[in-house]
Amino acid sequence: MERKDWPLWEVFVRSKAGLSHKHSGSLHAPDAEMAISNARDVYTRRNEGVSIWVVESKHIHSTLETDSESMFDPNEDKIYRHPTFYDIPDEVGHM
Amino acid sequence: MSETDLQTIFDRKIENEVKIEPKDWMPDAYRKNVLRQMAQHAHSEVVGMLPEGNWITRAPSMRRKVALLAKIQDEAGHGLYLYSAAETLGTDRERLVLDLLEGKAKYSSIFNYPALTWADIGAVGWLVDGAAIVNQIMLQKTSYGPYSRAMIRICKEESFHQRQGYEILLTLCRGTEEQKAMAQDALNRFWWPSLMMFGPSDKDSPHSAQSMAWKVKRMGNDDLRQKFIDQTVKQADFLGLTIPDPDLKWNEEKGQYDWGQIDWEEFYNVIKGNGPCNKERLAARQAAYDNGAWVREAATAYANKRAQRRDKDAA
Ligand SMILES: [Fe+2]
Ligand SMILES: [Fe+2]
Repeated sequence: MERKDWPLWEVFVRSKAGLSHKHSGSLHAPDAEMAISNARDVYTRRNEGVSIWVVESKHIHSTLETDSESMFDPNEDKIYRHPTFYDIPDEVGHM
Repeated sequence: MSETDLQTIFDRKIENEVKIEPKDWMPDAYRKNVLRQMAQHAHSEVVGMLPEGNWITRAPSMRRKVALLAKIQDEAGHGLYLYSAAETLGTDRERLVLDLLEGKAKYSSIFNYPALTWADIGAVGWLVDGAAIVNQIMLQKTSYGPYSRAMIRICKEESFHQRQGYEILLTLCRGTEEQKAMAQDALNRFWWPSLMMFGPSDKDSPHSAQSMAWKVKRMGNDDLRQKFIDQTVKQADFLGLTIPDPDLKWNEEKGQYDWGQIDWEEFYNVIKGNGPCNKERLAARQAAYDNGAWVREAATAYANKRAQRRDKDAA
């Protein structure tokens, strides 16, 4: 590996115990260990996190913008998936 | 999908405040415009460390020293956020850095002025970061997603930069006559260059109208500059310092300050490379790049060795 081939890593930070890791940004580093240590310096300088994940960007697969209609639109007419679809009289109380 | 359809989708997104993301179709000119702006911004964060770095070893107390170090470290981080955002448009980091070193890319003209006294460190935090904040708050709403997210992160960190600078000046202004004079001198030298940070008047700015139409920028240079002036005058008053502009006067009718004339000749001269520190700044960046080469090589060698060892263990 040459310097110019340092891979790009995506950085995910868990902001506190009990919460999910969330994407923070990206950086270049020669390996995972250095990616994590750089991520600590760049993305958690003010207690922003208690845990860091790094993933090489090339390993992330995603939906395509051009697919988004066929991927997500079928949900739109399935309103029975939401609690407000069901009529429960007020007298029953909170449900 | 035809190019016209893609253009229509793009236009509709811009109109409806939907962010443009890296893999979305975008017109070439938009890509170029955003890339140029993000790269310039990234270079500015990095070059911006130099005038302040000059004072780390001479900070007057431990408290000031740790604050200045932390601020400069933040600026390095800002540079990285912005280079990362710029890279999403398909130009790699190395190329962006080389563009700066080869003199092909610009950075903010303000960093070509020297920080001559300790009061200048105060003035830089208060005025230069202050002006940057006004600009960056606006850019949080930029239409390019990665740029917007970088700006949101940066804005969270900037407020400490401005406060530590103002606190330095406040301390000097409450000190001896000489200290107050030093603060006034810093304001005298940094006021006009800070106003120039917003760039030429919109009518003379080659990219302004298009940037606004694409919502890359959400406010014009002149409005941003006015906003900065309006919010800074009372901060100067509180310090007991005089802004070096005899025409500065509250305009009741407009509800804003009237003020004097920027020396645009000076601005263009600095942009062209003839400011007090242009050569020094580029030389410092080149030296940092060259002197850091062994660190990059060592990190690469270390990673290669560990990878080999892993392969051997696995075999
Ligand atoms: Fe910054
Ligand atoms: Fe800053």
